[in-house]
Amino acid sequence: MMRALIAALLVLLLGTSARAERLIVSVSNHRVTVTPNYSGEELVLFGSVERDASTPADRTAYDLVVTVIGPRADMVTRRKERTFGIWINTDYRQFLQVPSYLALFANRPFDQITSAEIARRQQIGLNNVLLMQRVGGDYADVVPNDVFRSAFIRLRTQRGLYREDASAVTFLTPTLFRTGIPLPAEVPIGTYEVEIKLFANGAFIGKTETAFEIVKVGFEQFVATSARQNGLIYGLATAAMALMTGWMASIVFRKD
Amino acid sequence: MQLYLPIADLPVNVFLVLAMGAAVGFVSGMFGIGGGFLMTPLLIFIGITPAVAVASVASHIAASSFSGAITYWRRRAIDPALAAVLLSGGVTGTALGVWTFTQLRALGQLDLMIALSYVILLTTVGSLMFSEGLRALMRTRRGTVPPRRTHNWIHGLPLKMRFKRSKIYLSVIPVVIVGIVIGFIGAVMGIGGGFILVPIMIYLLRVPTSTVIGTSMILTLVTMLFATMLHAVTNHLVDAVLALILMVGGVTGAQFGARAGQRIRGEQLRLLLGILILSVGIRFAVELVIRPEDLFTIRELGVTG
Repeated sequence: MMRALIAALLVLLLGTSARAERLIVSVSNHRVTVTPNYSGEELVLFGSVERDASTPADRTAYDLVVTVIGPRADMVTRRKERTFGIWINTDYRQFLQVPSYLALFANRPFDQITSAEIARRQQIGLNNVLLMQRVGGDYADVVPNDVFRSAFIRLRTQRGLYREDASAVTFLTPTLFRTGIPLPAEVPIGTYEVEIKLFANGAFIGKTETAFEIVKVGFEQFVATSARQNGLIYGLATAAMALMTGWMASIVFRKD
Repeated sequence: MQLYLPIADLPVNVFLVLAMGAAVGFVSGMFGIGGGFLMTPLLIFIGITPAVAVASVASHIAASSFSGAITYWRRRAIDPALAAVLLSGGVTGTALGVWTFTQLRALGQLDLMIALSYVILLTTVGSLMFSEGLRALMRTRRGTVPPRRTHNWIHGLPLKMRFKRSKIYLSVIPVVIVGIVIGFIGAVMGIGGGFILVPIMIYLLRVPTSTVIGTSMILTLVTMLFATMLHAVTNHLVDAVLALILMVGGVTGAQFGARAGQRIRGEQLRLLLGILILSVGIRFAVELVIRPEDLFTIRELGVTG
């Protein structure tokens, strides 16, 4: 058992060290604070492709795909249909543990970077990202052109929470790259994973990961947390606030 | 100035919300109503989800009815006994309403139900008020005295009780039922219900006009405080920041509205209020019938990690 584990570890280690390129990345800020007047921000991801002696000499042009995955959540997509002359929510699909924020960036169109088969396996592009659905009793991702799936992606994209940009990654030198990660005003809080996948001549040759965190600070975060965790006290405080405001008004505007 | 609303989860312009609060407050002060039936639709219109709007407006109405109730208390225009009987029904109705609200939300039909109840309630009450106001206006033009009936079937019900300050002798059964109904629709629709309660009390229960508004405000105040509490505990949807901005705007606007209201005659006031209620109802009806811009909606079920 132990020996098998060590063997597996060795294979893993050798496997990584045998790779010709190494990716070194960093984001401009590992902890983004959202204040009450936060109106969106852009993080910057920097990195470089480190070559070593085993790198094939003819391999000069690299392609990169950066995937940013926000905290996961369950979501429901509902569809309205006309019933008795009015529009009513009828059918729905539940999406299980899907990213609340999802961004896919590359230096050129995904289909030019790699083959459709590898793109699907590596989840390159919004059409290839795994979005688990519960359909009745089954758990599965469906075909990319499923109406609920495409409506889900379209609505998230409209809110700036899902995005795909095949020209967002720029190579400053053949090995040095940067990309911006736009974070809209209504960005979900939590831990964001960043995956950087390296391709050369259509082949996937390695990846690295980093992460950043989005935290809300200040009064409004305090309000949000207490509303969720201490509903009773929060309710009492709100009720007291209502009474105070009403009482103050009756004093300020007292006519007699 | 942009401000991020913690529960509604969206940035809004403080001055816009403040102005909305003041405008609704002006109308509510003018007509002596809570104004929830205007405030909730306005909030929905600026992009706040109906669920958060309903829950937050409850605390806003509590504030404005409290400042009104203090004034009426000083003038001894509140019947404590009548208020207590109304409240026993009101609290039950509110609890039922919040429970229904939670169930509908889980089914994904809350937005529809809110819209439907707005259409039905507002168009009915609006047209009744409008036609009544129109008739009253014609009567005063012609100079005839309105026919006055002193008793109706409600006064034949058992369990009678004497309400001293209102000088009426009335069965508690219709009073409790009215309380339950107002409490229920208030919690589901995010309205205080004053605009329905006052006519019911005057025409059905024959409560004298001297105590009717003050007493109805007590019912509104307590049911709305209770609704705020229940919405906060069960659904976590009360946005205190939003509520505070609305309250400040609302109570200020109400003072100016009340002064403006004194200059308009009663019948004209009722006619105007009828038109206002009717138009909000029609707006909701149109929204239900026309094809929505997007047939799909997303709701998050809670973030993990």
